[in-house]
Amino acid sequence: MAHTDPLLTMELISKVFPGVIALSNAHIQVGRGEVHGLIGQNGAGKSTLIKILTGAYRRDSGTIIFDGQPVDFSSPLQAQNNGVSTIYQEINLVPFRSAAENIFMGREPLRWGLIDWQRMNRQAEQTLEGMGVDIDVTQPLMTFNIAIQQMIAIARAISVESKLVVMDEPTSSLDDREVETLFNVIRQLKADGISVIFVSHRLGELYAICDRVTIMRDGQTVDDQPMHSISKLDLVAKMLGKTPGEVSRHQTGFDASQHQAQETVLEASDLRRGRVLHGASVSVRAGEIVGLAGLLGSGRTEVARAIFGADQVEQGTVSMDGEEVRFRSPTDAIRRGIGFCSEDRKAEGVIPYMSVRENLTLAALPTLSRAGIVSREQQQAIVERFIKRLAIKTSGPDQKIRELSGGNQQKVLLARWMCLNPRLLILDEPTRGIDVGAKGEIQSLINELADQGLGVLMISSELEELTEGSDRVVVLRDGQTVAELSDDAITETAIMTAMAQDADQQESGVQHGQA
Amino acid sequence: MAQSYGLIGALLLLILFNILFTPNFLTIQTIKINLIQVSTIIIVATGMTLVVATGGIDLSVGSLMAIAGTVAPLIFLNPALQSMNPTGLNVVAILVAILIAGLFGLFNGVLVTAFRIQPIIATLVLFIAGRGIAQVLTNGNLQTFNNPGFQYIGVGQPFGIPLQVILMLIIVAVVAWAMRVTVFGRYVLATGGNEAAARLAGVPVDRIKLAVYGISGLLAGVAGLIAIARNASSDANLVGLGIELDAIAAVAVGGTPLTGGRATVIGTMIGAMMIQLIRFTLLAKGVPEPVARVVTAAIILVSVYMQRQQS
Repeated sequence: MAHTDPLLTMELISKVFPGVIALSNAHIQVGRGEVHGLIGQNGAGKSTLIKILTGAYRRDSGTIIFDGQPVDFSSPLQAQNNGVSTIYQEINLVPFRSAAENIFMGREPLRWGLIDWQRMNRQAEQTLEGMGVDIDVTQPLMTFNIAIQQMIAIARAISVESKLVVMDEPTSSLDDREVETLFNVIRQLKADGISVIFVSHRLGELYAICDRVTIMRDGQTVDDQPMHSISKLDLVAKMLGKTPGEVSRHQTGFDASQHQAQETVLEASDLRRGRVLHGASVSVRAGEIVGLAGLLGSGRTEVARAIFGADQVEQGTVSMDGEEVRFRSPTDAIRRGIGFCSEDRKAEGVIPYMSVRENLTLAALPTLSRAGIVSREQQQAIVERFIKRLAIKTSGPDQKIRELSGGNQQKVLLARWMCLNPRLLILDEPTRGIDVGAKGEIQSLINELADQGLGVLMISSELEELTEGSDRVVVLRDGQTVAELSDDAITETAIMTAMAQDADQQESGVQHGQA
Repeated sequence: MAQSYGLIGALLLLILFNILFTPNFLTIQTIKINLIQVSTIIIVATGMTLVVATGGIDLSVGSLMAIAGTVAPLIFLNPALQSMNPTGLNVVAILVAILIAGLFGLFNGVLVTAFRIQPIIATLVLFIAGRGIAQVLTNGNLQTFNNPGFQYIGVGQPFGIPLQVILMLIIVAVVAWAMRVTVFGRYVLATGGNEAAARLAGVPVDRIKLAVYGISGLLAGVAGLIAIARNASSDANLVGLGIELDAIAAVAVGGTPLTGGRATVIGTMIGAMMIQLIRFTLLAKGVPEPVARVVTAAIILVSVYMQRQQS
């Protein structure tokens, strides 16, 4: 149906940001009344593609045909006036104004030049009722829960008589029941002939609601299929750029040898927190690298933060060296011998205006000081040792860390923990955004640390990093541990299969070593 | 530090200009008056520098000066306490007054950390209420006193140097030293530089914020006592009035960005001296006070702009 007269065709779309090719000849085609899924990893180009469609970014090249006309929206407002509405992940409405005002903002019904409040409230109520939402539209937006706010955002989108509604991860803050309400609204839109682009990382949702799916990777469209003619495994494989069953050659800085795993250092079981963790378990032994795999939103980072005391869990236990612990803050976890490198170096790793020296020794300061006064000699000795050992490229310990390359920043952050001689190191995407050379160095460093008896929990989106680096791989899906692989069972296919599994299969419990 | 050189250079130029063109500038009297006038601002601005370095701001310092300035006379003028040794009584009055200002500073810190209120609003609470509290304590009466022991902190001149200038130099030196060599100093900069990263590196971010607001309160207390000791009277309506803005201006001119993560205590001191000297120069040249204000503001703007260009 979609191919006869598509509502939207974007072709050969390219966009270059300074230093990055965000999109390279990407395409997407959405039929009328079609719910179209859009999936891809971080940095695949989904958001850029959507922003080009809605006029938030200008494309460098390519064509956009919308409703039979070539278009070139210069702003989201113009896109909206032409029938393209967008609902962003973070709701961008005005918290202090009423639900009705938010729905009609910028195009309030007027009477004699003044806002016709009665008509506005009545129309807002009708729109929301049509979506099965019954609220007092005169109340400020902030008095409603996130799900209702999301519905109000959608009401705003559809009340402008859109032909296409773009939803960027609309379900990320909704619970199951709220997701179902949202799906009903989407079905209603579809019945009215309105098309939807639905961005989500949750495979179950894509299969539940979408007619077609476009898969993106590295700024390109890698596939475009009817939703039900592609298996979850193939979907995940395409997203990650893998062929199931493919034997990959060695391409990381890890060596193939298994480590001599010793006593258990960390045992985290049945971690539960809000909507993000639903029973995640993982254990790490000394001298072992455990890979933590899962799609975006599967709760990998949340598991790491929970173990590190950065977030408090509602249920579940964490034990260090066989003793149950409850960290109230990262400081507690650090004292107990845990280090954590966040995936977001810029936001949660470096202190940009501090020097390499201060960044490197930040966590170690209590051990480098007496009566609160830092021993300059000890600090200098450690910094020099690690600059040499990790071959950190810097003009000297006094250089500001923000002037270093990503790979060298990451080395400084690794050294921040290494100088404490921790028992366990949690690394969240340790090689993301790092050039190839430094990547291999960091990987062999991690390997070396495990050889020396450190327990390593390594989160990664890169399958080769997991298969080549890990002694065991724990797979998460929807905040739950769904598989644990070890030895020869660690293959890219096995990891992808576990990540893509159907929700109903998981009830049989954690599967061990399945290939 | 590099950006301090420009500042020091500007200060020296200004001094040189005055030596050449302002009659009687290079007299002990002129220098003393300028230093005395600026020392309370510098003491308050030193605490402000720490708060700003964590990414916060403290609007309550003037009100806390008024509270400390009210509490001390309440103690040493209290009829029930007159049986005490006068020196001992003065010491108690000074310590209690400073401590109370410090506790109010901690209250700011609690609002900022435990209740996650933005610093500008959190400290606005005491900016508004503080003077009210001080007036309630005295029933709105002006407290006048003749207490040479206590007044020594405002008028005493050991070795011919005003005591408050000595106090100011000690405070600046200690805080500048602490920022340079202690764990606390690094934690302050890490907190302001990237709070999320600092937290994950084990920095006790909330405790550090409590500490800087507490210290800012303590230093405001010291400045409040100096102010009333000089006047031999305490007027809750006037003590420290408007000083928060002078202090913030000194911090900004001194080269500490209001976004946090960097701090130059010495820079703040030089910044305050510059502002003081500019106003003095203009007034000495016969420029009317209102015009002098406008010119001072313009020079602050230019100096902050130039620092931004440098970094």
